[in-house]
Amino acid sequence: MRIVCPLCGERDSREFSYKGAALALAYPSEEAGFEAWDDYLHNRDNPAGPTRELWYHGSGCTSWLVVTRNTTTHEILSVELAEDAPESRQEASA
Amino acid sequence: MRFSALRVLKEGLTGNKGWTPHWRDPAPKPEYDAIIIGGGGHGLSTAYYLAKNHGMTNIAVLEKGYLGGGNVGRNTTIVRANYMMEGNSQFYSHSLKLWEGLEQDLNYNAMMSQRGIINLVHSDGQRDAFIRRGNMMHAQGDTDAEFLFPEQLKKKLPYLNHDNIRFPIYGGLYHKRGGTARHDAVAWGYARGADQRGVDLIQNCEVTGIDIVDGVVKGVQTTRGAIKAKKVGMVVAGRSGQLAALAGMRLPIESHVLQAFVTEGLKPVMDNVVTFGMGHMYISQSDKGGLVFGGDLDFYASYAQRGNLPTKEHVMEAAMCLMPQIGKARVLRSWGGIMDMSPDGSFIMDKTHIDGLFLNTGWCYGGFKAVPASGYCMAHLMATGQSHEITARHRLNRFETGRGLMDEEATGSQHNLH
Ligand SMILES: Cc1cc2nc3c(=O)[nH]c(=O)nc-3n(C[C@H](O)[C@H](O)[C@H](O)COP(=O)(O)OP(=O)(O)OC[C@H]3O[C@@H](n4cnc5c(N)ncnc54)[C@H](O)[C@@H]3O)c2cc1C
Ligand SMILES: [Zn+2]
Repeated sequence: MRIVCPLCGERDSREFSYKGAALALAYPSEEAGFEAWDDYLHNRDNPAGPTRELWYHGSGCTSWLVVTRNTTTHEILSVELAEDAPESRQEASA
Repeated sequence: MRFSALRVLKEGLTGNKGWTPHWRDPAPKPEYDAIIIGGGGHGLSTAYYLAKNHGMTNIAVLEKGYLGGGNVGRNTTIVRANYMMEGNSQFYSHSLKLWEGLEQDLNYNAMMSQRGIINLVHSDGQRDAFIRRGNMMHAQGDTDAEFLFPEQLKKKLPYLNHDNIRFPIYGGLYHKRGGTARHDAVAWGYARGADQRGVDLIQNCEVTGIDIVDGVVKGVQTTRGAIKAKKVGMVVAGRSGQLAALAGMRLPIESHVLQAFVTEGLKPVMDNVVTFGMGHMYISQSDKGGLVFGGDLDFYASYAQRGNLPTKEHVMEAAMCLMPQIGKARVLRSWGGIMDMSPDGSFIMDKTHIDGLFLNTGWCYGGFKAVPASGYCMAHLMATGQSHEITARHRLNRFETGRGLMDEEATGSQHNLH
């Protein structure tokens, strides 16, 4: 896999590390309670097909990225900076 | 048909004309007492023990492809019981004991080979940790753990690079009863044993829906029609997330790809299974002569059943570091399987909030050794509605409170840490 970083251009996937579903950006409020936090931390859609996920460009510009990637083909469909991703502006609901 | 040495001799002398198929190929009935979704190792062993231990014979295993085409036929076949945590320790210890009687029980040659596993260590800290692990194994009653010091290992494993400057070998924990088994034969043995007790093994039958009325399971929709059942077990390993979604559930599971490699057949060179934890690599030699080896996950979510080059390169480098002569062997094949990764790295076996619907998942990269005990305990759960005492800790709700997490590697209890 090669990932096109919005800042650095197309790079080998070894420069990046994978964090998991991009929903990690949309964390619940402190008051949200057990169920919401359990759901946020542990439960996953785990789709076979296109999915949005967080990658870190550790050996490049050190940006957090949201990569849209197909889990059945490994095709990378789009890449954006995490700070621009809609997940950053949404609060998880339980 | 029973297998025996005499039978092999007789068939050999009479043109091998007397062998019959190992199981029937029935069409699905409209209704069963219980349905198991998934014809991998765990689904087949669940069916076998439901029939054998609990007398439930009006049951079916539904498999979307062919029996044993999933991870059970793709793994590197290591069987061991060197776990430490309360719960895991008892479970894997029980599983190894079932392995030891498996071939007699199933009347099937699973090529179980207790050739011993050696976990190598390369630092003082790692040595202390593995000596502790060995002591824990003794404490759980598995007294076959022994720590081997460098001089002993040089004699036992002369082919290793003992004095590598980065990874000098400080010793190894020897688990004598660990080893390997023929993965396909394990699936086939359980399949045949279940079939002989009346279980319908239905292949090319994908479950596409789970019928639930007022919180009670009623049956499933499949590519071969609707089938009713009061009890349904979801035993589909890497596909657990999608199957559970059919029942409206989201699971603490992320599916990742794990790769493995095999070389051309060579003369016997390795007697044991050797793990090189610091290099994220392990290796053994199959009875056909191929060196079978693997490493870590690729570390991204995947359903592709194939991995990428960086992990291949890493595993090859680690292999060269451990035993440089492997560079002369040619890799014949590499492949990948989909691993049901749980947040704490331990499995989940539980009923769900839907009455009659049971869940078996989260085997991560280590569910082959669990095949006997998983089926044994899953059958207990489905038959009685209660967890077996050795899986009492493997509940789904342990993540909610954080109480009773089983984080064997002590890396944390979130995704992507195991
Ligand atoms: C490369 C590799 C190496 C490994 N090495 C080891 C090892 O050395 N030791 C060890 O202990 N473990 C190892 N494992 C892990 C082990 O193989 C798995 O944990 C274990 O096989 C999973 O359980 P299973 O056999 O039931 O899974 P599977 O064989 O994957 O069975 C699940 C079945 O469910 C079916 N299914 C899925 N969805 C549906 C549906 N909707 N309807 C009907 N059927 C469905 C699938 O087709 C599949 O046949 C390894 C795995 C891999 C990939
Ligand atoms: Zn970058």
